[in-house]
Amino acid sequence: MYSIKSVLTSSALLVLFVFSLSAQAIVDGHEYQFNSDDALQNASRAELFRQLAEELRCPKCQNQNLSDSNAMIAGDLRRELYSQVQDGKNSEQIVDFMVNRYGEFVLYRPALNNKTLALWYGPFVLLALAGIIFVSVILARKSKNKPTVVTAETIDKSTEQTVDPLSADEEKRLDELLNSAPSNKTEKEDL
Amino acid sequence: MKRWTLFIPFAIFLLLGFFLWRGLYLDPKDVPSALVDKAFPEFELPTLVSGEKKSLSDLKGQVHLVNVWGTWCISCKVEHPFLVELAKSGVSIIGVNYKDDNDAALKWLKDLGNPYLFSVDDENGTLSMDLGVTGAPETFIVDAMGIVRHKHQGPITKGNWAPLAAIRDQLLNEVGTK
Repeated sequence: MYSIKSVLTSSALLVLFVFSLSAQAIVDGHEYQFNSDDALQNASRAELFRQLAEELRCPKCQNQNLSDSNAMIAGDLRRELYSQVQDGKNSEQIVDFMVNRYGEFVLYRPALNNKTLALWYGPFVLLALAGIIFVSVILARKSKNKPTVVTAETIDKSTEQTVDPLSADEEKRLDELLNSAPSNKTEKEDL
Repeated sequence: MKRWTLFIPFAIFLLLGFFLWRGLYLDPKDVPSALVDKAFPEFELPTLVSGEKKSLSDLKGQVHLVNVWGTWCISCKVEHPFLVELAKSGVSIIGVNYKDDNDAALKWLKDLGNPYLFSVDDENGTLSMDLGVTGAPETFIVDAMGIVRHKHQGPITKGNWAPLAAIRDQLLNEVGTK
């Protein structure tokens, strides 16, 4: 009789053995197996495949990557990607292959060049600009709201500087307004 | 604060509005082809009808339309009668039968007419992949040197043929003067 323990350990070993050799990437329900003799290589290739299937855009679709899309072309490109990864091509070679055929449209992470400079750094420039505006507004408010010590002298000074004395006409209007105000109020209360 | 600064948000709004409005008239499916002004990719494929091997050298020396088609493709059916018409008027068209069933393709050509000088049987889609084809129909205008000069996605119709014809005529003139 086999003891339960030995069965468990042997099956665990078996599982370990199987998974250590091959690696797989499951993309859109399909399993892509990587099972050469080199376990490390399998794992890195499966990872590369997964990564590129995420980063490459399906050229037929507006906004889906290769791993998400059901379009025929996406399936074809996944197969192409798989066979190229199997052949040991590196990320750069595969991306070049795709760009040569389908243009930079397929890159969800476009290369940094003169054309894409604004794309890459534009957001940071805008953020910095927003920061500058934010800080300058805050500083402007702060200096405006600074509590000033009000003394007879300062009031005198400020009135002297900013307010012209009322003309005779204006004095008259002011008087009228001030005198008519209470009567308005009583009228309202009557209503 | 100066008075004009109050109009900055409005100016930004106008600018954004302008770009969004322009965006309404852009076709997001109009992806620039990576192949324009590059050499037509090398290939060696059998023709659909005779099975004779054709390669890039068979394309050179003349201006061609290279039309990618398949019987599974509905827009190709829409396009087909106009291609037949074009072929009758002397436009040389070469077909790339994209991932298709040969019997169905032969029946299609027999029933609907064959506008192609020859159609190569791109069963595995290798040539189409090198061409950066994302779906059928797609048509390339290839000059006499075997350089792709223009790519058209979607069916060619009476309505959109004129600009393509202009490109082709220009290429024909290039051949004439050389």
